Amino acid sequence: MSASSPTGSGPIASAAQHDRLVTFEGRYQQQRSVRLAWMLAYGALFLAALIASIVVSDFNLPSLFSGLPKAWNYIVGTFPKLSLATLWADLSEWYWGLRFWMRLLLETILMGFIGTVLGGILALALCFPASRNLVENTGIYFAARRALEFLRTVPELVFALIFVFAFGLGPFAGVLAIAVHTAGSLGKLFAEVNENVDPRPIEGVRAAGGNWPMVMRLGVVPQALPNYASYLLLRFEINVRGASALGIVGAGGIGQELYVAIRQFEYTDISAIMLLLIATTSVIDIICETIRHRLIGHDLIGKA
Amino acid sequence: MNIAAHADIARLKRSHSEIFRRPLAQRLRDWSLWLVFIALTIFSLWWIDASPMRIANGLSKLGMLVVLMIPPLPGDGFWDYCQAMLETLAMAFLGTIIAAVIAVPLGFLGAKNIVPNWIFHFTLRRFFDAFRGVDGLVWALIFVSAVGLGPFAGVLAIAAGDMMVLGKLFAEAIENVDKKPVEGVRASGGADLHVVRLGVFPQVLPVMASHVLYFFESNVRSATILGIVGAGGIGLQLSDRIRINNWQQAAFIILMILVTVAVIDAISRRIRARLI
Repeated sequence: MSASSPTGSGPIASAAQHDRLVTFEGRYQQQRSVRLAWMLAYGALFLAALIASIVVSDFNLPSLFSGLPKAWNYIVGTFPKLSLATLWADLSEWYWGLRFWMRLLLETILMGFIGTVLGGILALALCFPASRNLVENTGIYFAARRALEFLRTVPELVFALIFVFAFGLGPFAGVLAIAVHTAGSLGKLFAEVNENVDPRPIEGVRAAGGNWPMVMRLGVVPQALPNYASYLLLRFEINVRGASALGIVGAGGIGQELYVAIRQFEYTDISAIMLLLIATTSVIDIICETIRHRLIGHDLIGKA
Repeated sequence: MNIAAHADIARLKRSHSEIFRRPLAQRLRDWSLWLVFIALTIFSLWWIDASPMRIANGLSKLGMLVVLMIPPLPGDGFWDYCQAMLETLAMAFLGTIIAAVIAVPLGFLGAKNIVPNWIFHFTLRRFFDAFRGVDGLVWALIFVSAVGLGPFAGVLAIAAGDMMVLGKLFAEAIENVDKKPVEGVRASGGADLHVVRLGVFPQVLPVMASHVLYFFESNVRSATILGIVGAGGIGLQLSDRIRINNWQQAAFIILMILVTVAVIDAISRRIRARLI
């Protein structure tokens, strides 16, 4: 009632308000300056890192400006001259090795496929002990987690180098490298899926007298299966791409042919193989994406 | 009671068998899918020549290699390795920054709500996807041929491989912004550029930063191997050690990679937790 009259306790109230405003303003300024100081510190750190990287990687603007046109010319230079009059002849000359390349491309896809399957099986075996909610023994959990970490942190190509040494040149070593790396990364993703499942079915199976494998098979897997499948498909896409590079160390697939073409400056071959590779991976991406959307959509309907 | 229930179920199964068994078409489809899958698996195993003999031979050789790797020793190359590792980190950092800087305008161009022309949108998105189809190592091969050996080629390879993917992710982040701040800026008389700067940018910046950090992590991993084709970094040392059969030093370098990746992951996880 008194507050409703603005003139009643005017001067005192406004003085108090003013004081409050001043303290508020002061605190605001203080927080702002603290924030600014932190931002400056982070900015300085970032700049230092940037400058250090520039120095270490002998990156400089002149070489960038001379290098970029060179790279561009190189890429443009790999394309053959096609004329409309002799289009068919030009194309068949460009893709002179199509049958051979298709075979290698098929090998690359098969490597990605079988690598994903083998890696997926290994990941499935390792993901249950690596889920915190499914194992009581912390020792097992810890060991499984570290094993998965090791498998996915060592680069695929390093595994490939070592396996080429042990198993000989050819796609077999590449498949093993893909499988090992896939097991590491899929195992972690699967374990994360497992940790998010509904605990009630697990309790149900346990209450009905199921042992640990039964709990996993009947309580966890049915819930997690759509997500497993989705991750497997995603990994398949990645692995086909990865398989295309493994040939560089002699582990099979189209990479070998690409490597030879680049090393021997067979310019038109480079663009021909690259375009084939891009087309293949795009098609696989689109197919996998469609299946994945259906799988996850199905899952959502099932839950609702 | 129990027996009666069983009899009841048996009777129901007889009279309404279609409820208890899935339709024939569905079962046939599932079976044929499994059949194709198994056939493909067997065909692939045959193609890569995975005979038990070969596996056994290879595994015994692999065991020998592991024995040769123990204990991992740096030899006299420790400082060389450290320098190569720094080079790797620098390549990953610089490559990521360049990719991010180029990806920001690409992201705005590729976002449906900024450029509403769907033909342009579709073409640009397919273009982004096409770039993604090429592995980083292939880019490195190309740039080594174009600009010569050394870390500079590695930086360009990382930037070229990532900018389109980042552009796509940025575009998706921009498409998902809350419309209200955008409308607010427009309602108070902001021009298009103001809308982007004040309505869109503050919302997408944390998302973008977190994507960039994630890419930095993954680039540290991929930069460790670019050296194998001559694009600088620790990969060159590693492939050399493997080629000359110096397995102790190779194992030491692999351990160095593991430790570095773990440290980088831990740091970037902390930064990301603060960002979001």
